[in-house]
Amino acid sequence: MSDEKKPVKMVVMQPAVTGSGRMIATLGSVTALCGVLIVAVWQWTLPAIAANKKLVLERGVRALVPDAERVTEYDATVGGITPAKGDPVAGAVRFYAAYDGAGKLQAIAAEGAARGYADVVRVLYGYRPECECIFGIKVVQMKETPGIGDKIITDAAFVANFDNLDVALAPDMKSLFNALKTVKHGSKKFGWEIDAITGATITSKAVGRGINDSVQMLLPRLRPHLEKLEKQEKGEEGREKGQNLGAALHSPFPLHPSPFSSQGASS
Amino acid sequence: MEHESLGQIFIITLLSSNFVLAMFLGLCPFLGVSGKLETAVPMGIATSFVILVASLCGYGLNLLLTHFNLEFLRLISYIVVIASTVQLVEMVMKKFSPALFRALGIYLPLITTNCAVLGVALFQTARGYDLGQSVAFSLGGGAGFTLALVLMAGVRERLKLSDVPGVMQGTALSLMLAGLLSLAFMGFAGVGVSR
Amino acid sequence: MTMSTKQVTNMEQLLEGIWKQNPVFVMVLGMCPTLAVTVSAFNALGMGVATSFVLVFSCGLISLLRKQIPKEVRIATYIVIIATFVTLVDYIIQAVSLALYDALGAFIQLIVVNCIILGRAEAHAAKNPPLPAMVNALGMGIGFTIGLLALGSVREILGAGKLFGITLFGEHFQPWVVMVLPPGGFFVLGGWLLLFAWWARRKNAGPRSPHPNPLPEGEGANVPLRGTSDKRGHHGA
Repeated sequence: MSDEKKPVKMVVMQPAVTGSGRMIATLGSVTALCGVLIVAVWQWTLPAIAANKKLVLERGVRALVPDAERVTEYDATVGGITPAKGDPVAGAVRFYAAYDGAGKLQAIAAEGAARGYADVVRVLYGYRPECECIFGIKVVQMKETPGIGDKIITDAAFVANFDNLDVALAPDMKSLFNALKTVKHGSKKFGWEIDAITGATITSKAVGRGINDSVQMLLPRLRPHLEKLEKQEKGEEGREKGQNLGAALHSPFPLHPSPFSSQGASS
Repeated sequence: MEHESLGQIFIITLLSSNFVLAMFLGLCPFLGVSGKLETAVPMGIATSFVILVASLCGYGLNLLLTHFNLEFLRLISYIVVIASTVQLVEMVMKKFSPALFRALGIYLPLITTNCAVLGVALFQTARGYDLGQSVAFSLGGGAGFTLALVLMAGVRERLKLSDVPGVMQGTALSLMLAGLLSLAFMGFAGVGVSR
Repeated sequence: MTMSTKQVTNMEQLLEGIWKQNPVFVMVLGMCPTLAVTVSAFNALGMGVATSFVLVFSCGLISLLRKQIPKEVRIATYIVIIATFVTLVDYIIQAVSLALYDALGAFIQLIVVNCIILGRAEAHAAKNPPLPAMVNALGMGIGFTIGLLALGSVREILGAGKLFGITLFGEHFQPWVVMVLPPGGFFVLGGWLLLFAWWARRKNAGPRSPHPNPLPEGEGANVPLRGTSDKRGHHGA
């Protein structure tokens, strides 16, 4: 209220001509100020964002593997398996190993994506090494037509396709023995075929294709190193992450009052 | 994500996920400049050109930012670089090709703040497209924008001759028309998706 | 300068954006996010709050720096400032709710090119002290949020039979699916504008109405009457 009369004066003070030095100085200082602001907020939110992402991931994996106690992220590259750091590198397949309370490997989860009817359909699938099969899927993201394409979530018969889907590798360990195939509704004959939903064939096929592409990439890289995964998870890394998750569950934001705390952040 | 061919990306962005009618990018010029066919065509071409420039800038910039781990500066650098590049292109065009500038130049300043221009850079980054895919995406997007603009202008030119109830005239009618066009374009869904 | 001729209280500043110059229904600005994210009331609310945050803080900062910024580079400076606050909002939304972040997608970052913000910076914040500038921006932000909510709730109710995720009707409700698809956005916004145009027309045509046009002069004022006066008048970007 009190500063209502100020604008009368300031407009008159606008300089008529501005030197380019002043322009550059202004732009430079404003940009510097903005840079500082961005970096500060980025640092401040980083732990919370990392915990959030972890939380969402664990929730997804736990939907597939209910008795999973801990989830560890790995990247599968042509060279082998490395613990995941930051965003996946180009060409690597990110996967998640789910362990029970005793530290025994329960299952492997990974994501497949393919373009469906409206947009990309992303599906998380669970793989069990003992049976060399996929034992369940969870749709992570899709924008398919409500009532038609979203039957990939609601249609029990379609979801049952993935209760025991055969993804055994060929003897040369380079590709699947039988590539996954989405077939017309009612014509499924083999364990590696997916029975499509009538009226939502494109979406059904997108699910099949996304999983097939991901499995074909992941399994040949994963199988030779499976023993390494079985034994792991005695280290403290997983435990620390588990604690982080607990904190995140109680108060998702802000996790850490100190703005420059870097705990739990994967740089 | 499966590998999509360049043709697939172009067709999908042109039709089933048309920038204007399905992704809602660039609506202000779509409703503002679609009154006449003769302005719609140059506007569409100019926008397509700027979208292509933005896509190339965005691709290069993203490589640079990822290399130095500066992803948090992505948005601010995209907008600054794209806006300045469009300005530069405008100046170059004015100097070397006045005829082209007269045809397209007046639209250029308007286009810089078009969502489609920044959108193309952001979407291609989010989808992890490589250089070829980015170019196909931006060409499809630009062509789709032009297509939508021309269709709309054609319909609206016809409408000028018809007797529309007073309340309906103006933006409300344009939006209803855009809705019908969007409904028609939904018929293209699934085109270009690999089987 | 022009502001001083007419004493404008903070309350009026606030109400201007909410009602008289509502960015969605009167000025028809910032339509890309308006139509793209309003498939549900929750998304609409998130987008509205995010945009309001950017509006208020960038207008505040621009108003603080208004004497320092040379007018030749003002637009560039405004864009840098706006982009900064959008980046901040982007990170804060990721920290608060990843679900909302995924739902809004690239449209959070596209707040940068929302015409409302640059328009407010240029038309108001650059000429006024921080407090009135922020109040005015807040009004615009609230107006924008109300507009988004009006769209988002109608689309969610008709298209999914829900509001804020709560099922409203019995199981025999057949959702009007097109409303949550892209065409529905155009139809619902068109419907709202039609309603307002009809209402304004009725008010103007009323015999006891004191003025023929109760709205003040300004960009948005001629919208309801546009049909009669100006056939192809549209606000560009």
